[in-house]
Amino acid sequence: MTTEPLAVPAPGPLTQEISRVPGAHKPDPILVADGVQRTFGGVHAVDVDHLEVQRGSITALIGPNGAGKTTLFNLMTGFDRPNAGTWSFEGRPLGRVSAARVAQAGMVRTFQLTKALSRMTVIENMRLGATGQRGENLFAALVPPLWRAREREITAQAEDLLERFKLIEKRDDFAGSLSGGQRKLLEMARALMSKPTMVMLDEPMAGVNPALTQSLLGHIQALRNDGTTVLFVEHDMHMVRHISDWVVVMAEGRLVAEGPPDAVMNDPAVIDAYLGAHHDTDLGDDSLLTDEVAEQLEAEALREGNRR
Amino acid sequence: MDWTRILGQVAGEIVAPTTAAYALAAIGLNIHFGLTGLLNMGQAGFMLLGAYSFAIATIAGWPLWAAVLVAVASAVVFATILGIPTLKLRGDYLAIVTIAAAEIVRLIGRSTSMTRITGGNAGLAGEKYKYTFEELSPFPDGEFSLGPWQYSNNLSDSWWLRIVAWTVVGLACLLMWRLMNSPWGRVLKGVREDEDAVRSLGKNVFAYKMQSLVLGGVLGALAGILFVLPRAVQADSLGRPVTFYIWTILLLGGAAAVFGPVLGSILLWTVLMLIKTVMRDVIPTTVMRSEQIEMFGWVLVGIALMLLVIFRPQGILGDKKELAIRDH
Repeated sequence: MTTEPLAVPAPGPLTQEISRVPGAHKPDPILVADGVQRTFGGVHAVDVDHLEVQRGSITALIGPNGAGKTTLFNLMTGFDRPNAGTWSFEGRPLGRVSAARVAQAGMVRTFQLTKALSRMTVIENMRLGATGQRGENLFAALVPPLWRAREREITAQAEDLLERFKLIEKRDDFAGSLSGGQRKLLEMARALMSKPTMVMLDEPMAGVNPALTQSLLGHIQALRNDGTTVLFVEHDMHMVRHISDWVVVMAEGRLVAEGPPDAVMNDPAVIDAYLGAHHDTDLGDDSLLTDEVAEQLEAEALREGNRR
Repeated sequence: MDWTRILGQVAGEIVAPTTAAYALAAIGLNIHFGLTGLLNMGQAGFMLLGAYSFAIATIAGWPLWAAVLVAVASAVVFATILGIPTLKLRGDYLAIVTIAAAEIVRLIGRSTSMTRITGGNAGLAGEKYKYTFEELSPFPDGEFSLGPWQYSNNLSDSWWLRIVAWTVVGLACLLMWRLMNSPWGRVLKGVREDEDAVRSLGKNVFAYKMQSLVLGGVLGALAGILFVLPRAVQADSLGRPVTFYIWTILLLGGAAAVFGPVLGSILLWTVLMLIKTVMRDVIPTTVMRSEQIEMFGWVLVGIALMLLVIFRPQGILGDKKELAIRDH
């Protein structure tokens, strides 16, 4: 394993040699977490012994509601403080580092509930994402010649990204006037303004209409092809299966399995913990379901609905 | 009814130094609230602190520039002390702490144990600290009248003070415009919309909120100096109501608009003066006494503010487009 080249692997599934036990070592991990624990009133929301995320890959983090996926995200990105544990990003220890510094280090996240800055225009949202802006200093802000050139640069970069994300027509609209799906796209595009080495997407598909889904998947794959590492939380199994190179499964705060998508989704332990017996059933055609399964699904959907 | 006199008084409010002082304090609050979303409920505290610092330093024999610097420095220190514990918390905490802090400044200022320094309840008489400012005037002694405006050239409520006060307001507007349209202002607007989003983009939110609090507080302190130059420093004249007048002015003119505070201040004081002078003429004293009319004027302002918030929440100069997305 140590003989693995450190180069960015070609797009596609990670090599089969990587063992599939939870916490498996990767040839070139960009993010390594050890003994991370977070408790809320005695409940272990997150209790991860060891986790490595492969550089240049798309890793999916899945698990039932309450498995601690978002909490783990919050911890890794400095939005929450752990009770114990350390982690490093590109070899730099990032435990207990502020969220802003984590982002500066090149690990940028998005949120499950989108945070488009409503009373700012789309282009201003984008410009805010850029780094290295001298004009963000109070005194330099008073002297435009110091930041005009950079402003032009990031505007061009922003327009380029908006073009790719099909938001260019909305350039001068307030972000608050966008649809839910467009806000997801904007948030992702904004995160890319800083040219991060790793993006963490928290449910990028939630609330995005099917027409946009395909292009969003394309964007994520394009990111990976450009060498960016992607870690995402998602409930949409179609997306997980379709674009991820590696899947990590969490349940009750712990890692329970990991591996290539197909292998993980056929793992009996995973099916037990999360997917349920009918994970392969085509939900598009209810007539194919037996009454029993249909009732069970309805009940589950209802519970899910109540939870939100 | 004597319209010349009434309109003369109303016109007086347009250029009054007090109107300028309120506009300047509201520009400071606009940096806090309009730009950054900080709920500062103690802007009058910054004004009072600035006024005391300026007056006390002058009485101690310091030149004008040094006294102004002392006022600025005390606002910086005050804002920092308020900001360190509260800016990491949710916005509501800042509101509570600033109300309390402004009251602390007022109560310390008027306490008898401080009489030797702040003049206690009686305050500091104007003639003790006005002279450095008045001596700086380039105008000859005497009076000058222009249309409805007739004032002394240099003394107290003078032309000299009016010119300086409105020049300072103009410069503050320029500063606000420059900052609002800079990357710095963009980060503050981002903080106003969603702190966590800005944090996730690698900006140190706490530092930006602190800069905003300090800068707006400094403008408040300068406004306090302008406020006391035509009168005396008296703690109760810069109490809680002043903070709420400043809020009214900001909401009236339109938060996050550069000229909103100026327009808001002029409108509030002229309309109030118009209402009061007309009512004093029209309503016989048997129905309503003069001081009751004074109070009634404020009741009308309160009603107007409610109607404004309901029907035009973005203020007079606010952006209509913002209104359309308010429900999201």
